[in-house]
Amino acid sequence: MVELVARRLMVAVPTMLAVILAAFFLMRAAPGGPFDAERALPPEILLRVEQAYGLDLPVHQQLFAYLGDLVTGDFGPSLKYKDKSVADIIAEGLPTSLLIGSASIVLALGVGVGLGVWAALRQNRAQDYSVMGVALIGVCVPPLVMGPLLQLLFGVQLHWLPTGGLQRDRYAIQHLILPVVTLALPQIAVISRLMRAAMIDALRSNAIRTARAKGLPEAAVIVRHALPVALLPIVSYLGPAVAGVLTGSFVIERVFQLPGLGSQFVVGALQRDYTLVMGVVILYAALIIALNLAADLLYRVLDPRVRG
Amino acid sequence: MRATLLAVFALTLAACGEIQRGLDPEQKILEIGNAAEPLSLDPAKASGEWENNIVGNMFVGLTTEDERAQIIPGMATHWEISEDGLTWTFFLRDALWSDGRPVTAYDFEFALRRVLDPDTIAEYAAILYPLRNAEAVKAGKLPLSALGVRALDERTLELRLAHPAPYLPGLLKHYTAYPVPKHVVEEWGDAWIHPSHVVVNGPYTLVKWWSNYMVHLRKNPLFYDADAVCLNQLYFYPTADVDAGVRRVEAGELAWLTRFPGQKTELLRERLPGFVRIAPFMLTQFYSFNTTRKPFDDARVRRALSMAIDREFLAEKIYRAGHQPAYQLVPDGMPGYTQGGKLDWAQVPVGRRRAEARALLEQAGFGPQKPFRFSLAHRNSDDNARVAVVVQADWRAIAPWVQPELRGTETQIHYANMRAKNFDVGDGGWIGDYADAQTYLYLLQTSTGPQNWSGYSNPAYDALMGQVNQERDPARRAALMRAAEQMALDDNPIAPIARGTSKTLLDPRITGFSDNIENIHRARWMCVRA
Amino acid sequence: MSVDAVGEAPPPQSVQPAAPPAPAGPAPAPRGRSLWDDARRRLRRNPAAMISLVVLGVLVAAALFGPAHWVHPVDTLYRDRVAIPPTLENAHWFGTDAQGRDLMARVLFGLGVSLLVGLVATAVALAIGVLWGAVAGYAGGVTDMVMMRVVDVLYTIPFIFFVILLMATFGSNIVLIFVAIGAVEWLTMARIVRGQAMALKRKEFIEAARASGASPLQIITRHIAPNVVGPVIIYATLNVPVVILAESFLSFLGLGVQEPLTSLGQLIATGAREMERAPWLLVIPALVMFATLLCLNFLGDGLRDALDPKDR
Repeated sequence: MVELVARRLMVAVPTMLAVILAAFFLMRAAPGGPFDAERALPPEILLRVEQAYGLDLPVHQQLFAYLGDLVTGDFGPSLKYKDKSVADIIAEGLPTSLLIGSASIVLALGVGVGLGVWAALRQNRAQDYSVMGVALIGVCVPPLVMGPLLQLLFGVQLHWLPTGGLQRDRYAIQHLILPVVTLALPQIAVISRLMRAAMIDALRSNAIRTARAKGLPEAAVIVRHALPVALLPIVSYLGPAVAGVLTGSFVIERVFQLPGLGSQFVVGALQRDYTLVMGVVILYAALIIALNLAADLLYRVLDPRVRG
Repeated sequence: MRATLLAVFALTLAACGEIQRGLDPEQKILEIGNAAEPLSLDPAKASGEWENNIVGNMFVGLTTEDERAQIIPGMATHWEISEDGLTWTFFLRDALWSDGRPVTAYDFEFALRRVLDPDTIAEYAAILYPLRNAEAVKAGKLPLSALGVRALDERTLELRLAHPAPYLPGLLKHYTAYPVPKHVVEEWGDAWIHPSHVVVNGPYTLVKWWSNYMVHLRKNPLFYDADAVCLNQLYFYPTADVDAGVRRVEAGELAWLTRFPGQKTELLRERLPGFVRIAPFMLTQFYSFNTTRKPFDDARVRRALSMAIDREFLAEKIYRAGHQPAYQLVPDGMPGYTQGGKLDWAQVPVGRRRAEARALLEQAGFGPQKPFRFSLAHRNSDDNARVAVVVQADWRAIAPWVQPELRGTETQIHYANMRAKNFDVGDGGWIGDYADAQTYLYLLQTSTGPQNWSGYSNPAYDALMGQVNQERDPARRAALMRAAEQMALDDNPIAPIARGTSKTLLDPRITGFSDNIENIHRARWMCVRA
Repeated sequence: MSVDAVGEAPPPQSVQPAAPPAPAGPAPAPRGRSLWDDARRRLRRNPAAMISLVVLGVLVAAALFGPAHWVHPVDTLYRDRVAIPPTLENAHWFGTDAQGRDLMARVLFGLGVSLLVGLVATAVALAIGVLWGAVAGYAGGVTDMVMMRVVDVLYTIPFIFFVILLMATFGSNIVLIFVAIGAVEWLTMARIVRGQAMALKRKEFIEAARASGASPLQIITRHIAPNVVGPVIIYATLNVPVVILAESFLSFLGLGVQEPLTSLGQLIATGAREMERAPWLLVIPALVMFATLLCLNFLGDGLRDALDPKDR
């Protein structure tokens, strides 16, 4: 296991470098710069501004300067948000992203695994079909429709929940329910379907037959023997699920007015805030690499075949 | 599972009492849906209306605005103008920064020099170019000391101008001309605006600024008119998704939304009685023809395309919310500027205009054998895309051989293309920096450079505008501007589309909010009806 | 994969001729045929999948022939009939949109665009993914390591970032949307195919082919690629809805299909903004999209059950 971690970390360095390079060059290749707006800057001001951020240098020099700063942990100033550094902005957005991201992954796992197992145990009965039907709705209704609908229903019509935001300057559960649920719904759908299929497979395996033949109680068979095996596909789906939550969160953050990184990233890309976009991409890439590693480790713990 | 759901539900109900209220009449708290995240709160670096909404509550310039955005004395109690109109002397009031230090003329001198310092990233600095030598200083050709700003003593500030500018008091209430606390900026550099360092001279001070979520202001007890300030706390939330913002107003979480989609006007009047406020706003929507490109260098082609646009339909059915069809560049309501220019065919019905447009295009050499193919570049944000679709249909209706193609792009790319003159016909809007016709007419001057999207260059027009800059008599100045506007409209480098409105949702319990053409509303005048 | 193939015949049938005759390997040919026959029989016994197939056929036919035959052209503005609710009057069965265009015409057109985006992007993903995965899996060793590392690297670039930049660099045009989404979605495909290829290459018939002097390229194209057809079809069917959803996300950002073109995602993104005022602008395209995605998912599930030998 130590070897796996070491190997992954060794690969992580070139991976990060490749991500940085790709992002850097794609960003510079995009037309329109950070200072193109309705009000065009007079040439003398534009020149000064570009000099201030080193954007007048040849691209390779910009790259080396950026990498040099990065090594010392400096993400640079934001090109659009003039009073803040990229590190400031990320530090202000990350807690919300992590909070709604992890809450919806936990919710999706809890509900998804539960529904999947339940449906599998009642395979081809009415409950199974209804659960899977509902799961399909989750896949087929995009969050950009679900979010406003939930706001309208629970916020405007019923007045049960706030329609978004935080509680002024602190986090509050009732404000986070709608966004987390909206973000989790598509993942619940996918996870419950995966779980159902995996559980059906597991229940048919020889190991389960043996366990049953030994006369173990059915509950023990399911929890101790079938479930660990059936969870494997879920574990390997965690990587994509996290990526899905990260990208999905843009719509959620926008509709529910949450200060997360998803919208910082998209708005940054649209505004050509090179440094901010780079910062968020690097953070996302590191996050995804770390989570993939964590998922692999978990996989090893769960899967007896790989464990040896 | 069921137990968990019940628990969540119970928690929800228990928490209901704490839901954000938008307007708190006891604590005097107002929560505002602002258009976007401020790019900067530093007066030297701000550049948008939504930033003005916040910054304008934190600082007060030499002049400032009342409830109706009319110019009133601010930090200056009065001023004197020299005979030639080039030297203005301002006399400052006794006032304090929020840390207790006095606000002096040296702070103003420092602030204006800071904006025009070549090393300050001040995108909006060009608005101060009426100051003597400002342009040369900003370009680094002259030292900062050459700038026409001088503190004569603690209480007296002298401004020297490049040309007479009767609109100066209006310009001086703009945020680029706000004072900054010299002692704080010198200590903290660009970080002075952070909540932990910031010092203000206005009615509200900055408590917290959470990127992409909220700016929190609190009443400044040391403000010179603090006794008259009613609201204690302001929360500004950037509301990029305006439809979500509307739902937050409906849910009672925001009490003031600075804009709403015009399409929803009737619906909102019904659902939120008393909230909907629509007023003329100094915004003109227009299309620019790239006159540096064939065939748009041909005035007949430009005239034909402009004539074919059904502006009444656009205003009534697409923009809605009180938008008016535009046959002019300068919006109505500019002080001292009435009866401006008008497109000569404004009264002709669209059907006849289209026939004439067809004849003009045929004269220009187009026809079934030589179809007129070109592209319309537009921003792909809401109304702009809708309008482009209609205009495309309008142009197609001229004749089957008129074949416009739509090119929708994101805003940043759109303006990059416009600046590089990489378009045939392009959409854009203009909001004046202050209420004066000149801030619209300068758009078409040759010297304006990239901002003159159409590339219009007419020596006669430039000469007229030069005279405008030298004229001190308001009536003669207005007459010159009127002649210039008419000259440009006759040449059709742009096709005006619509005159905009400000569209505000405001809790009717709020007092001290008056609709005005600049759409500037300072919280110091507002209060809550009991 | 053409639009007709999905609508008129169950994919397994249309794919069947491609199943390997495999002259060098005696084992797979008869097994393959019986597998496909079995699969088809099982699929026919799955009512959800069969109904979905019929509905999809109808939707595809509507998207193909609807726009040309419907009474209202897709880009005509009815200036006196702006944003009217569904009515039989003037045959605006689905009402009109905010500019006075017939919504039925828009939906038919948008459905076609969405299906096209889904199919073409999936085809792009398949082409790259199958080749990449097969080569990596078959070659093994350092080649495999390097190729899969490339996939890992690409996985860590957030999808939307990649697409936004492509859209921004080349302007949002529909071809680019195909390529951009396809270019992202091939990664999973490559992983699936690689796994299959690694398992296959130890099989006897591949050994036999290699022994009889077939080049690696021949082995990959003639033996490995055809044998991963099962999982590939399942993945492809399930991928089309993913792509259609991704396009709707792009539309929400204003980076999707641009006016005067439209797609279901574009219609829904616009409709979501209008839902309080003109609910039909959201509900109708959303239902059409929902039906399309639901059917594709049912069909994909049906195919998986039919093709997956474990489930026998």
